[in-house]
Parts: sequence; structure tokens; C-alpha cells
Amino acid sequence: MRAKALPYLLVLPATLFLLVFFVYPALQIGVLAVSGPEGLTLRHLQTMAGHWKFGPALRWTLLLAAVVVPVQLALALGMASIVDRLKAGRDTVLYVFAIPLGLSDLAAGIIWLAIFEQSGFLNSVLLHLGVIERPVLFLGYQNVWVIFLAVVLAEVWRATAIVMVILVSGMGLIPKEYDEAGQVFGASAWQRFTRITLPLLRPSLQSALILRTLNAFEVFAVVIALGGTTLPVLMGETYQWQFMLRDRNVAAAYALVILGISVASTLFYLRALRVPRGATL
Amino acid sequence: MRRSGARRAAGARNDAPRAVVGSGPAGRFLFGASVVLLCVWVLVPIYLLLVNALSSPQEVTGFPKRFVPSFDFGSIRFFASFAGVAQALWNSIAVAALTMVMSLGLGAPAGYALSRFEFPGKEWFRMIVVMTRAFPLPLLALPLAIFFIRTGLDDTALGLAVVHTVLAIPFATLITFSLFSGVPLELEEAAWTLGCTRWQAFRKVVLPLVLPGIAASAVFAFIVSWNEVFAAAVLTVQNRTLPAFLVQSLNVSPLHLKFAGGAALVVPALVFIFAVRRYLFAMWGIASR
Amino acid sequence: MAEIVIKGVAKSFGAFQALHSIDLAVADREFMVLLGPSGCGKTTLLRIVAGLETPSAGEVWIGGRRVDRLPPRERGIAMVFQNYAVFPHLTVFENIAFGLRMQRLPRETIRERVRRTAALMHIEQLLDRYSGQLSGGQRQRVAVARALAMEPDVILMDEPLSNLDALLRLEMRAELKGVLEASETTTVYVTHDQVEAMSLADRIAVMNEGRIVQVSTPVDIYRNPAARFVGSFIGNPPMNFITASRAGPGEWDVAGLRLTGPEAGERLEFAVRPEDLEVGPGGFQAAVRVVEPLGPHTLVTAEVGGRLFRAVLDSDLAVGPGDELSLLPKADRVRWFDAETGEAV
Repeated sequence: MRAKALPYLLVLPATLFLLVFFVYPALQIGVLAVSGPEGLTLRHLQTMAGHWKFGPALRWTLLLAAVVVPVQLALALGMASIVDRLKAGRDTVLYVFAIPLGLSDLAAGIIWLAIFEQSGFLNSVLLHLGVIERPVLFLGYQNVWVIFLAVVLAEVWRATAIVMVILVSGMGLIPKEYDEAGQVFGASAWQRFTRITLPLLRPSLQSALILRTLNAFEVFAVVIALGGTTLPVLMGETYQWQFMLRDRNVAAAYALVILGISVASTLFYLRALRVPRGATL
Repeated sequence: MRRSGARRAAGARNDAPRAVVGSGPAGRFLFGASVVLLCVWVLVPIYLLLVNALSSPQEVTGFPKRFVPSFDFGSIRFFASFAGVAQALWNSIAVAALTMVMSLGLGAPAGYALSRFEFPGKEWFRMIVVMTRAFPLPLLALPLAIFFIRTGLDDTALGLAVVHTVLAIPFATLITFSLFSGVPLELEEAAWTLGCTRWQAFRKVVLPLVLPGIAASAVFAFIVSWNEVFAAAVLTVQNRTLPAFLVQSLNVSPLHLKFAGGAALVVPALVFIFAVRRYLFAMWGIASR
Repeated sequence: MAEIVIKGVAKSFGAFQALHSIDLAVADREFMVLLGPSGCGKTTLLRIVAGLETPSAGEVWIGGRRVDRLPPRERGIAMVFQNYAVFPHLTVFENIAFGLRMQRLPRETIRERVRRTAALMHIEQLLDRYSGQLSGGQRQRVAVARALAMEPDVILMDEPLSNLDALLRLEMRAELKGVLEASETTTVYVTHDQVEAMSLADRIAVMNEGRIVQVSTPVDIYRNPAARFVGSFIGNPPMNFITASRAGPGEWDVAGLRLTGPEAGERLEFAVRPEDLEVGPGGFQAAVRVVEPLGPHTLVTAEVGGRLFRAVLDSDLAVGPGDELSLLPKADRVRWFDAETGEAV
């Protein structure tokens, strides 16, 4: 009972949709960035690169990713290990750990705003502890580094759950026998973790890292929530040029830059965490 | 069987792992403590937001903060009656609902085809789907903004829902693929020998078995759309969704508005995640392969 | 009238040829067993009859109608699957009633038929349960009841007993035989278990590598295998084979023994079943290697002409490893096969 055309019919709508609304616009971004009324031009890229905010935006975005991703990875590994080891209450703890999955980065930004904001909870705690006498302006425009820190905290708080979920699923696939074999052969818990579990987690690690790094390059709303326009990031600048300054082409140029670093890091992870043929579970 | 358990938690960036902790009482205490610490780390900030949302505007801007909500609905009332908020909420719901329907309507048949058939071009399709994960999808709003202006979809719920659907289709496809793969073909074949056409077999045998999973992925698509910020901010002006509204007014809105708005973003998401918690792991785990 | 005629059916999956031009006729109400090792194509053939696969070539006729282009539901068949395929979201009652509901039979008829079939399979008390609450054996009964309730022209069974444990398999085999005989339905049954085949079949079609090697009654297949493959596949412990060299017209030299055999043929293989070997003068010189007292008889493995022969001997026989025996084959049970083609001579 095989209708030959059936699979194609089923896949067609989704394929068409993606071609029209994903593949084509994706290519359009590139076109937008390098075209103008005079034809192909590098003008937009030059405008973008020459703008005073470009350098800082690029630096801050990269720095943010460089700080956030390793922290999230370590934290997620820890949380995943804990969950893996739990027996009683595993489901509840898992649910709690996974709560941030349902929140957007805007929500996370607002949540941490409540803490860091001048009349916020951090100041209240510090006052009660007698550490300060008057509320400190954490998120002022002079303290870019403090804003950076707040963004890091908010992102770590929110997006670690995503990495954790991927790692937990990956860990669930590793048969317990491998760890037990490690025990029998005299490896300590730490050795078993680094030499058995982690290598076997490679595919999940690769997935998680690619996903998280790409998302890190896309930070937008959380930065605005916490620091307004004080901390420039690539996505924020893209928005500025598109919406405020009404220059689509420069916005597309920024988009190209984001795409560029995304592709570069994806390739890096694919290489660095490559699993040799046959060495999979 | 014990593994290296406790890692330092609670936002500390010094994550040097501890040495082996055995199953002795000290080890168990550390383990338990880190579980509690991590749960607190997740839950407290949300709680604080809710405290703010449930306080009067004066308390929100006042200092020092109290850690217990006064259950004054002043902020929420202010938020609800603020110009444009009601529409924003409504728009968010409309866009999310459209996304839900479209992503499942397109993704579920594709998921079924992937799970049941081998056909040339299967790998191509899978590749396109995987590529969408590696692409910063919100950026699509930029070229699509032009396209939408030309086709009259600019600043509409449908237009934004299209972008969100691109975001949600990979999940919908991969999740339904996994769901359908979990139903043995034998069951459909048995139905065929018992008098069913292909469609009847699907309706009577496969669908009842995957319905909970499909419902969960529908909710998932809803949340993805509900939370999306960048494309919403770029593509909507008059018909703004809630995140777009908040982002565009962040510079000028008073604090209590921000927090009440944040609560409006957070609470539905929390409820939905709770509703589909059993599928959370299956879905995220699958969708990230 | 539900005879099945398979004409020239072939099936290939890409480059792999699963079936090479199969011709087979199953008489009305006959119990035909398709027997063969894994990968021989027996399940593929069954699925083609069912309509779950389309043949690459050939025709299938059921009850005088050509059906190879028809979907399963129009062929008048019912099928029992290897993993039972009991619908998990329906009760046992609803499972059995499923096909009947599809036919839009009146409610009373459905209820009566379901109860009758359930009683037949001894599962009346399970009608309200769901498959998750049933054991494997119970689920298997539900699958059979579901097929029987359809009162089909033909019942097809794909290794229905292979997932049961040994004891259950034995019970179910006897039960199935009784139920199917009583229902007088044409049955095609696929299995790799030759004991099952021998016990259930009216006729067995032995298959290997996509071809039918022999079709005959169980006893005939056992006694007169048409090919070396059939001889070695059927029978436990397996048939003994040893090459024979020509010593004259009709005379063959087998491991030092002079035997009368076929006139024609260049190189032949001599074959005899373990139970057709006796201890007696003038037989093969056999050096005993292993003795296994199995209770009802003793299985002796001995070296004959450089090969290992098995013999089923009387349990009272006192024999140990290292002994020298003379094993005499029963003359009318000896079989000869062409050494090249494997066909019986």
C-alpha cells in the first residue's frame, strides 16, 4: 500500500514554506547588505564598519558569548550530573531546573532588572546587611562593566536550562555499564566523568554548544532591558539601524556580520567536537 | 553508583569542580545542599518579579524593597489600562495561535512522511530543517519586512506569525517525526488489513496515540511565538505584540509598567511549561539532535 | 472458495532481489506453512499476499479474483502480526470488534461475534482490559481473535508464536491448530521453526534465498527432501552428509563403505538422518567423540570418514568417548544429493 506520491505531498507544504520564507530571505539578507540603487556596493558595509558603535558592539557581543557559554556549559554539566544522580524527587527538580526554558530573554532581562535596578532587591539586601548606606546605581551609563555583568547573570540564569536539557537527554543515552566498568577498573568519580562521560557526551555537547553560542550572538532584549543603549551589541545595533535609523541595508550588513560569526563558530564546533567514525555509542 | 556530584552553583563563575564526594553523610549533605541552592537560584528571581508585580506603583519605585508582596494590584491595574497593552496582549495571543496552527499544519505531515517513508530528497529536506537551527532566524525579519510591505502583510499578525512559524517548524517537524516513529508501522498495517484506508488508519490508530505529544508540541510552538522579541519588534508597529510593546517602550515606561509587563510575559509561559512538563525533555532532547 | 494462486511473483528492494519468480498454489481450507531461515523471503511473500507489499512482477489470485493491485482491505484477508499489533488505546473488545466496525455490521452481530471469538481463544474475561494490562500470550490471543472475528476467506500469520517463551509456544501451537482447523479457513503461516511447521501444516513450502525449494506434506519433506538444503534445515539433530566417490555403475564409496546408489551422477553426497543409523556389523567405522544421554535416547557424535556424524541411539547402549562403533544406515532411509546442485538424486 505505497502511494508513490504521498511522501512528497506530505512534505511539500513545509518545503515550499521554508523555501519561500527561510531560504529566499536568508539569501536576501546578503543581497540587501551589498546592493544599492547603483548596483553592487560595499557602501553599506563601510558605513557600518565606520560607525563608532560598530567596534564596541562586535567586541561586547563576542566577549559576552565568550564569558557566558563556558559558564553555562559548566553549570549545565553540573546540573545534569546532579539530575542524573537523583532518585527521589528527580521529576520535581528537573521541572524546576527547566523553568527558565519557557522564558524569553526579555522576561529574563526584566526579572534581573528588578534585582539590579537602583531601587531593586540587590540594593535592599545590601542595605539590610549594612554594606551600603544609600542605594547604588548599578545600571548607570558610567558602569558599562556592571551592566555587562548583569547581562551575563541574566543570560546564565535563563539559558543554562537549554544546555542542561540537551545534556540530560544525552546522558540518558549513555548506558550505566560504561561508568560501572570505569569503577571496576579503578577510576575515581572525577576521572570517570572526564574520561568516560564527557567523551560520550560529545554529540550532545556539540549540539548544545552550537545552539547556545548562536543564541548568545543574538542577545537583544535582555541588553536593552538592563542597560538601554549603554551596552552596544550586534543585534541591538541591527535593530537600531532597521527601525530607528530606517536604513535597511546597513541593518542587513550587521546581520551579515552576525551570520558570519555564527557560521564560523558552528564550523569550529563541528571540527573541534568531531566524533571519529565508529566511535559513537 | 556515584559520580562527581556537587559543582559550585548559584551564579559563581569559579566553577572548579570539587573532588570526589562519596556516599558518606558529608557527601550527601553537599549534594542535597547544591540541589537546594540551584533550585533557589532558579526560583527566587521569578519570585522577586512577582513581588514587584503584586505591589503598588509606589512600592515598586520605593526603596528599600520588601521581600513579601503586598498583593496590591495597583501596578497590574495600571498595566492593564495602559494604552496599547490590551491590544498587545491580544496580538501576542493571535500571533502565537496562528504560529501554533501553521507550524503543526506544516510540520506534522512532514514529520509523518519522514518517519514512514524512504524517498529521494529526504536527506535534502532534513538538511533544510537542520539548517534553520543553525541560522539566527530573527534576522529574517529584515528582508521579510520588505516582502511584507509589498504583499500587505506588514504589521499584521499573520506576517509575524509567518516568521515565528519558520522558527517553530523545525521543532514541530522533528517532534512529530519522533512521535510518529514511536508508533509501530505494524499497527497501521493491522488497521489496513482490518478494513481501513490509509487515512482511516491514521485517524483511528495513529492519531489517538500521538495526540498528547502533538498537543504538547502545539503548546511549545505557542510559547516560542509568545516569547519572540526581535522579529516582533521589527515587524510590528500598530499591531504590536507584548514583547515588541515592552521593548519599544522600555526607554520611557515607568518601572511598575515594566514589571507588570514582565509578569504578563512570564506567568503564561510558566503555566504552559507546567502543563507540558512531561514532554519537555523528550521535545527539547529530540529537537536538538 | 478461497484458494490462493501465486504466479511468477518476484520482488526486489532496490538492488536486492528478495523473491525470484515464485509459483505456489494453496488449496481452499489448506494450512500452508512457509518455512525457511531468516532472510529467505517468506515474510515478504506473505506480505505480498496480504497487500502490504506490491510485487515487482507476477500475479496473486485469491478465491478466483486477481488481487495483486488491490489494497489489503479488499482482499478478504485477515492477518496476525509477529508483534501482535494489538491497538494500545482500545480495549480487547474494541480491538476484536475493530474490523467488524469498519464493515459497519449491526451492533448485535458485532457483540455476538466478539464474544464468540473471545470464548474460542479463552479471553472472555479480558474483554475490558487494555493491551498494556495483558501478558504477551494474552495479547497474542487477542490478535488471533481479532483476525478470526473477521471470518475472512484467508488468514495470514507472520511468525505469531516466535515471541512467546518455549512452554507457551507449545500450548499455543496446539490451541491454534485446533481453532484454525475448526474454522476451516485457508491459512498461510510463516515460521522459521521447523517443529512448528511440521506440527501445524497440511503442506510446507520450504524457502531459501528467495526461492521455493520444495512444497509437500511434512512427512514427505522429512523423508524425501528434494534438496540438500531441505534435508539439512529440517530435522533436529540435523541430517548427516558426507561426499561419496564413484566406485562403479551404481556403486559408491562412502567413508570406506561400499554402498549401492544412483546410476547417474558424477559427484554425489550421501545423506542419512541420525535416527536412521543403528549399531550393527558392516556399517561405518565411527570413532565416538561426544556422548549425550538425553533421556529418551542417547545422542552420539562420532567421527566418520573425517566428518562428524550424529546418531540417535538407544539409551540403554553403553558407549563412551573413544569407543569404536559400527554405524549401519537403514537402506531405505539413505538419500543422495548432487554435490554441485544440491538436488536430490
